[in-house]
Order: sequence, then C-alpha cells, then structure tokens
Amino acid sequence: MKGISKSFHGIFANQNINLKIESGEILGLLGENGAGKTTLMNILYGLYQPDEGQIKVNDTPVRINNPVESINHGIGMVHQHFMLIQNHLVIENIALGYKDTPFFFPKNKIRQKVEAFSEKFGFQIDPDKKVWQLSAGEQQRIEIIKALLNGADLLILDEPTSVLTPREIKELISILRQMKAEGHMIIFISHKLDEIMEICDRVVVLQKGKIVGGTDTKNTDKKSLARMMIGRDVVFNINREILEKGKQILSVDRLNVVGDKGLLAVKNISFDLYQNEIFGIAGVSGNGQRELAEAITGIRPVFSGKVKINKKDITNKSPRHIYDMGVSHVPEERIRFGIAPGLFLYDNAILKQHHLKKFSKRYFLKYSRVKNHAKTIVKDFKVATHSINTQTGNLSGGNIQKLILGREISEKPQLLVASHPTYGLDVGATEFLRQHLLELRKQGSTVLLFSEDLEEIFELCDRVAVIFDGEFMAVLDSDDERLCDIGLMMAGSKRI
Amino acid sequence: MIKIKTTDRYNITALRSFMTNILSLVAGLVAISIIFLIAGVNPIFAISEIFTGSFGSFYGLKETITKAIPLILIGTGLTLAFRAKFWNIGAEGQLLMGAIFATWTGLTFGQSLPSYIIVPMMFTAGFTGGALWGIIPAILKIKYSINEVISTLMLNYICAEILTMLIVGPWKGKTRFGFPGTDNLPDQAILGLIPGSRIHYATLILAIICAIVLCVVVYKTRFGYEARVVGENPDAGKYAGIDFLKTSLILMTISGGLAGFAGVGEIAGIHKYLGYPAAISSGYGFTAIIVAWLAKLNPLYAIVSGIFFAGILVGGDAVQISLGLPAATVDIVNGTLLIFLIMGDYFLKHKITIQFSKK
Amino acid sequence: MEEIIISTLTRAMVAGTPLLLATTGEVICERSGILNLGVEGVMAMGAVTAFIVTMTTGQPWLGVLAAVGAGMAISVIHAFGSVTLQANQVVSGLALTMLGLGLSGMLGKPYVGKPLSIKMEDWSIPYLSDIPYLGRIIFSQSPFFYLAIILAIAAWFFLERTRLGIQIRSTGENPKVAETQGVNVYKIRYLSVIIGGGFSALAGAHLSISYSKSWIEGMTAGRGWIAIALTIFALWNPARAIWAAFLFGGIFVVQYLLQPLGISPNFLSMMPYIATLVILLLISLKDSKKLSPPAMLGEPYQRGER
Repeated sequence: MKGISKSFHGIFANQNINLKIESGEILGLLGENGAGKTTLMNILYGLYQPDEGQIKVNDTPVRINNPVESINHGIGMVHQHFMLIQNHLVIENIALGYKDTPFFFPKNKIRQKVEAFSEKFGFQIDPDKKVWQLSAGEQQRIEIIKALLNGADLLILDEPTSVLTPREIKELISILRQMKAEGHMIIFISHKLDEIMEICDRVVVLQKGKIVGGTDTKNTDKKSLARMMIGRDVVFNINREILEKGKQILSVDRLNVVGDKGLLAVKNISFDLYQNEIFGIAGVSGNGQRELAEAITGIRPVFSGKVKINKKDITNKSPRHIYDMGVSHVPEERIRFGIAPGLFLYDNAILKQHHLKKFSKRYFLKYSRVKNHAKTIVKDFKVATHSINTQTGNLSGGNIQKLILGREISEKPQLLVASHPTYGLDVGATEFLRQHLLELRKQGSTVLLFSEDLEEIFELCDRVAVIFDGEFMAVLDSDDERLCDIGLMMAGSKRI
Repeated sequence: MIKIKTTDRYNITALRSFMTNILSLVAGLVAISIIFLIAGVNPIFAISEIFTGSFGSFYGLKETITKAIPLILIGTGLTLAFRAKFWNIGAEGQLLMGAIFATWTGLTFGQSLPSYIIVPMMFTAGFTGGALWGIIPAILKIKYSINEVISTLMLNYICAEILTMLIVGPWKGKTRFGFPGTDNLPDQAILGLIPGSRIHYATLILAIICAIVLCVVVYKTRFGYEARVVGENPDAGKYAGIDFLKTSLILMTISGGLAGFAGVGEIAGIHKYLGYPAAISSGYGFTAIIVAWLAKLNPLYAIVSGIFFAGILVGGDAVQISLGLPAATVDIVNGTLLIFLIMGDYFLKHKITIQFSKK
Repeated sequence: MEEIIISTLTRAMVAGTPLLLATTGEVICERSGILNLGVEGVMAMGAVTAFIVTMTTGQPWLGVLAAVGAGMAISVIHAFGSVTLQANQVVSGLALTMLGLGLSGMLGKPYVGKPLSIKMEDWSIPYLSDIPYLGRIIFSQSPFFYLAIILAIAAWFFLERTRLGIQIRSTGENPKVAETQGVNVYKIRYLSVIIGGGFSALAGAHLSISYSKSWIEGMTAGRGWIAIALTIFALWNPARAIWAAFLFGGIFVVQYLLQPLGISPNFLSMMPYIATLVILLLISLKDSKKLSPPAMLGEPYQRGER
C-alpha cells in the first residue's frame, strides 16, 4: 500500500500511509483506539475507497472496489465485530461468503468443508448451530474458515483477542502459527503490546492516522513501542486521592436479570456502593455487564432481587424515576441508546434531563436555557462541533461520547453508571474524562464503571469486581494482590 | 467513463429545502404529463386545466379552500404522528368516526339547543370519535406490537362498514324515502358558510388555529420533544425515560381527533347529513399523507401544502368533466407527486457530482 | 348441509388464492429487508392489465404474462425509492399504491362492467379429482390455485435451500455483513421487490380473469393490505402462508354463508378486516418471541457507511 489517505467528514483517518507485507510473515499493526488501523484495513479489504494512494498485490497495481475483488486478490479479513448473521446457521453464514457455493442445496457441500477444516486445525464447530449460540472464539473460527475457504493468502485480523478468553487466545495463536508455517501472510491489528510482541515478526505503529514507526519485534521492546504509540513517555499517571468511604448509596441484592435471548444474564449478584468511591466491573464484554447496567438504570426489567438507592427501593421503577433518584447512565452502545441522531445537538443535551424543572416549565421546554446548557457542555467537554444547531448524528463517535458524558455528569449525579466511557476516545479526551470521574468521586458521588480496559480499572477504581457469565468471580480492593490473577477470573477459571 | 459520486449534505438551508420541493413538484408534473400523453390526453391542456380549475377562477378558489379545510386538519395531525414515526394511515376512518359521533350528537340534541352550544358539542364529539378510533392502533402497537400501518388501514374498512350499517339500518332517515342516509341535521347544528361559497369558516379557522398550536406543541413543548425523540430513536427514548404508551396515546388522540374535526366539518358544513362513506370523504385521509410529507412534517407548512393538494383535488374534478378522465386521475397525480417528493428528499440530503474521466 | 360445506370450502380455496400469491411475494420482498406497502396498487395494476390483454387478445395466459410484467415494471418504482434513494419505505410504498390504483383506474375505465367471455377453464387433475370431497375442493380448481401453491412451496425452497435464498435472507438480516461477503445488496433488494411485485400482479390477474371475470375500479378491496398482514401471520415463511391464506379465504366466504341468517351484510363484510386484527393480536399474545421479522426490515441501507 502506497500513499494511502482517507478522510471522513474532513478529518483524516489515514494520511499518506505506506505498508508492505511478505509471504509467511505476521505483521503487527499497533495503535490506540481511533488511530486509523481499522480504516486502513477496510481500504485494503475494499470496504472503503482511498481518497489517494495505490495498492499493489504481487507487484501489480490493483483497484479494490469491494470485498469480492479483495477476496479474489487473496485477501481475507476477520473484523473486530464479526461479519456474521446471528440468526442464521453456521453453514449459511459460510455459504454466503464462499465463492464456490453451489446454487442448489448449498448447505450439504459447506458442511463437508467445515468438517474438513475442523479436523485440520483441531477444533470443534457444530455447523448446524445458529451463530448466536456460539461463543466469541467459535465465531471467530468461523470467520477464519470463511477467509481460508476463499483461498486467502493474506488474512487481516482486527483486534482478534479483544473478545476472547485467555485460553481461546492461546488456541488462536497456535492456529495463526500453523497458517504462517503454510506460507500465509497475516496482519494482526491490536493495541495490546504483549500480544504484538508475542505473535508478530514485524510491527508498524499508527498514530492519528499516520505511521510513526516500524521495526522487527526482536529489535524492540514494549516500552519503546508504547512511546511510539502514545507519542510521549508516560502513559497515564493519575493520582487517586485517598478518600474515606461515605454513606451507602447503591445496594444491589441477589439480582437476577434475563438477557435478550431469554436466559439469565445476571445471576444472583449482590454488592453495595458508597460515597467517594469508584467501583469497577471488569470482564470481557458480553458477560452480563450490559444487562446489569440496564437493570440498575431501569431500562431492563429485574427478574428477581432488589436494587436500592439511598435505602429506597428502585427495583423495576421507570428509568425516569431512577434518574430522579440521582442515577445517571452512560450507555454501552452510545449511538443506539444515547442520542437521537436526527435531532439537534442542543436537543440531545437534555435527553435524560428534559423533564427537570430547570429545562421545562409545565408543558413547555425552556429552549434558551437548554441552548446555554448545551453550549456549556460543548465548552467544558471539548465537543468538536461548529455549532450546537447541528444534527447530532453528524458528530464523530468520540464527540458523541463526550456529549453524552458531559450531559450525564453535568447534573452531579449521586451514582453514575458508566459503561466503557472512554471507548473510542483519543488519549487527551480519555485522560480528561478520567479526571472528571475522579472529580465526581471527590465531590461525594459514586461511580459504577464497566470496562474491558484493565489499565483504566486499576487506575480509577477503589474496588474491583470481576464478572464472568453473569456472576462475580471476585470483589476485591484494587490494591489487593490477588488481582494479579484477574485474567484467569475474567476467563472464569478462578473464583475468590 | 462517467462516474456519479454522492456525498452527504449536512447544512440544509430552508431555501434549499423549499426550492427542492418546488423542483420535485415540477418534475412530478412533467412525469404526469407523460402519463397523460400515453393515455391520449393533451398534457399541457390537462395540467393547465387542473390549475385553472382550482386556482384560476373565483369559483375554483372557493372550492379549493373548502377542500383544503379537511386536508389541513388531517395533515397537521399527521405531521405530528409521522414525526414520532407512527404511520397513521387511518385518518380516513378517524374522519368517518368523527362524522358518526357528530351526527349522533347533532341529531339527538340539536333540536333543543342553540347553535353556540350544539356546534361546540358536535366538534367535541367528533374529536372524541376520531381520537377513539386513533387510540386503538396506538394501544395495539405499544401493548401488542401490531404494525400500525395494518391496523389503521383495517380500521378504515371497519369504520366504513359500521357507518354504512348505521345509515341503512337504525339511523336511516324518514325523509330519505328508503334511501340510505340519516335525516338532515337541525338548522342550529349546521355551520355557517361564507356567502356564495361552501366554505364553512368556523372549521377553516379551527384548522389554522390547530396548525399553529401544533407547531408550538412540536417545537416548544416537552411532549413534542418526546415525540420527536421517540420517532428518531425509540431505544434512546426508552433510555431517556419516555413513556411510550403515554406519548403514543396523546399523539394519536391529537392526530385522530383532528381527523375527527375534519369529519364534523364535512357533515355540519357541507353534507348536512350522514351518507355513504365515499360521499363524505373523497380520500382526504390518504391525500393528507402527501400533504404532511410536502410540509416536511411541519404543521404550519401543512396549511400551504393542504391548499395545494386541495387545488389538485378540485382541478382533478374539473378535468374529469372537461376531458372525461376517470376519478382515479387524482390518485395518479398524487402518487406521482409523492414519488417525486421522495426523490427530492434524496437530492436534498445528498450532493451528487458527476465526473467525466477517461479510462 | 354436506353440499354447503363442500361448496364453502371450494370457494374458500378460490378466495384464498390471490391472498396466497400476494403473501408469498411480500414474504420474499420482506425477507430481503424491504417493506413493500404497494401490494394493493400492484395488484390492481395486475388485475387491469390481465383483463385488458385477455379481452383484446382472447388469450388468458397472455394476459397473465402481461400482468406479471406490468407488476414487475411498476414495482421498480418502489425498489428505486427504497433501495437507491434510501427513502422511507412506508411512504414510498404508499406512493406506489396510490399510483397503482390510479393508473389501473385510468387504464381500465373503458372496460368497466364488461364481462369477460373467454374463460380460463378449471383444471381437474385426473384420478385425484375423483377422490370424494377432496377431489372437488382441491383437485378441480382454477390453474391459479395450483400455481399459487406450487409457487409458495417453490418460494420456500428458494429461500431456504438455494444460494440466492441465503443471500436474500442475509440481506434482510444484516445488509452490511452481506455486502462484505460479496453480496450486492442493492441488486438483491431490487430483485426481491420486483419478484414480489410479479406475485402481487399475479394475484390481481386471478381476481380479474378467473375470480370475478370482470373489471371494476377498486376491485382489490384491501386484499393487498390483508396480504401484508398475512405475511406477519405466516411469520415470513411461504410454507406457512399457504394455510394462512386459505384460512382467510374461508373468512371471506363465510360471509355469504351467514347472510341468509339475517346478519347485517355490512357486519359480515367487516369480518376479514376484524379477523386480520384479531389474528395479529393472537400471535402477539401467544408467542411474541416468535414474531421476529427480518432484523433490518424497513431500514434503508447505505453503502460505505461508517
């Protein structure tokens, strides 16, 4: 790839990028969230067209207009969010992407193919199951099978380990090594240094859409890679003041919540939260975090158990009632839940607050106040927008997140339920936001923080719970030594 | 090689929006001309006939205003419902239900009460009837997740049959000599007309007031805000703590109620008795859908677009007589214009550049 | 009594035929993620085209072919609106219905009230039609009846057991995934809408040249809308559509059976519409989890969206 550039809404996602990979090589693509790794790979995979630049396969310049052409050039991609249709069978999913699927009775042929592959790589996949019934690791294998069936020489893996348990990661690595031995090329996208060091032969570091460095992994160490990735020495150094626990704010007692698929997603969870503390819930996403957050904030019904705020029962009360009790919520899927994309920015600045006396008088909204409020959020939380009169859907993901956070924090909640609040934010914004959470803690609020980012958890939280399959594997102080086994706990293989 | 590239357009000015609408309508008229041409009708003559028939003469203009009354009422109500993405296709039934309620009120109490009491009573009854018929699909949608397009449509058919059942059965008037239809409403229950026309001014004023009030409701009130949020993103609405059932009930009460008002106007202002459904409403409920769409779902603009489409209805009648075209002509015109309005929306939201390049 | 039951069931089959055809078409269309509310209009177009062509050429099958062609052609409008322009599918579908009803009214005006002398003969299936009861009810029907059932089964097979079927379903479930797997979402959706239109028009043709053998404006009488409801009732499965359609055919026919009992004819003609609502209500009450439409039904898809 030579001189690749791509911009969205006038902002460069990739700028003048050159990249080369040879047969039998595993290339690491390192960078933070939003550094442009995925965009670059989507260009290679034909999902986006570069604004400038050229792609060569085997020294011949090619134009890759769509994924099919990319597949024909021997490029396969495993996306971070799997490109699988959850309601369909495994074989239907594979048949969809396979070049030589027969027109009639495609399932029979595919079934044989899948079995052959399972044998070769030594894993088990039931081809007649629906995708949603499978674990993340199994789904990933389907993606790999799909790419290999189409004869991919180059396999792109976008953050492949983010959804896997440690055991599944090991299995993935062995599959990748086997592929490498057969002469496949692999591009491994990650922001995790350990993995890059372990798996890759060579690494290229991206920062803000530009390549800032590249080297063989044997000639470098984690520290210098980290410096390249962040663009400065220290990662984060937030000093958490020591604060006395205040009075109890939230109490969750033997909570059970049913998930979307009709099964229990939260199983018998109990915990209490106090003033002046940040309580982190660590775990691989999809282990009941979302259901727990939604049950506490009233979006999802509680099956059994009790939730109390300041000793008052809020179990199965309406989201508005719970908000009025002092509970703010930064939802996990921010575009899906957090905003109404077609409305103006200022409209969205009061989404959860519009009923407050401050913003409405009897039946009317006080728009002058609303607009001032929106301006304050834009200013305080550095939301990049040219006006508050813009449709919110036009903002970038990070700016939408800042808007939501600003909105939820600005009313000084007693309890803030924050799901992956820094996901997709740049370094500066992340640090800024973490300061805000600590500030909230200092002012006597409590924060319930859901995060996959362990660094974040350890930096911010006073106490940490590890969630696996809807259960707490441990609830510990964040300086407890036993937390060194957090990986095992997140994978469900250790319980304290 | 010609390459067509589309990009999203973010800053949409009111002027651009207006011009796009006008151009869409013009393009639509061109397409209609082609249809006329194929049907063997001189399109220039037909289209000019439509507009002179509706706006070109004093008589035509009066008729246009008359027909604009129900269109504005229903159209404004629909802007609200459509904003919340509640696809109320049942205004026709809601109008008829309003007419049924109003007729009953007028016939039962009209004799003994003065005009200034019975007329407001009829409007209240009509609103109630329309609202009730509108609330049913709202409940079915929120409580039982039944698609409102289907339910409102089915309720149209059901209401038309109920009405027919009444006028051939229990409500059949003694003065009708065995023909279906109720007796005439008593004089006190009849709306005043602007002399020399069929414009029942009370309803016209009501329609304009409703449009203005609803504009305030949509853009300035909490309820309007909540309705817009629900329409934009129901999940966000849930997250924001908005009560779906309540919001839907209110908005369908308004939307159905306004259609009910239109029914009262038609009965008390024009027909003076309850006759066959097709006679009471010539598809106002459906035409109003386009009225709302042309108004860009802004209640205030619905006044203008209501008058425009009333003109097409009146002009359509005119060409039916002068050129011997079928009644369905109006449907063709409406359908085509709606299609072109949709296309216009696309060009409004996307910038299209055509590049010529050699390859 | 026996005679009444047999003739009622026979007529139920006839009345269910257009419903089945239109429902099958709508199922295919909705499976690709496009809601087509234009069925009523396309059906009217099909009816009028079939009638005119049959009348002028004397060839009913030519009429059927022409109807299917016209239905497909007019459906392109909805495909263009909902796929290419990513317009609101509800509004685009309504526009198609208005246009279809309007055009059919205009085209058919000279033909209103003229009876069709050319008959499409019923087909008695040899041997099978001799079976007592069933022979008359099922095996001596108009060709449309057999066509409807065969097409519904074929549609099921097509959706479940062919590559194109998987592509159509994937497009409705998750167009973005489908696109990355090399499916041309726009093409698939165009195809599905147009096929659906062909089915609706076929239903219309049945109405004008086989069922009533005449043309009047608005003769579709809401059957297109009922077909959309039946699509939900059939849980987006063409095989289930078969019995759903004939159940409804029965409801249409029962009216005539009950009329002599002194029940108001208006009340009786309300029944199909009330039944539609009741059945949707029952499905929802019974098992709302099963009621899962294609995940992306009604959502426009834009390529290259970030």
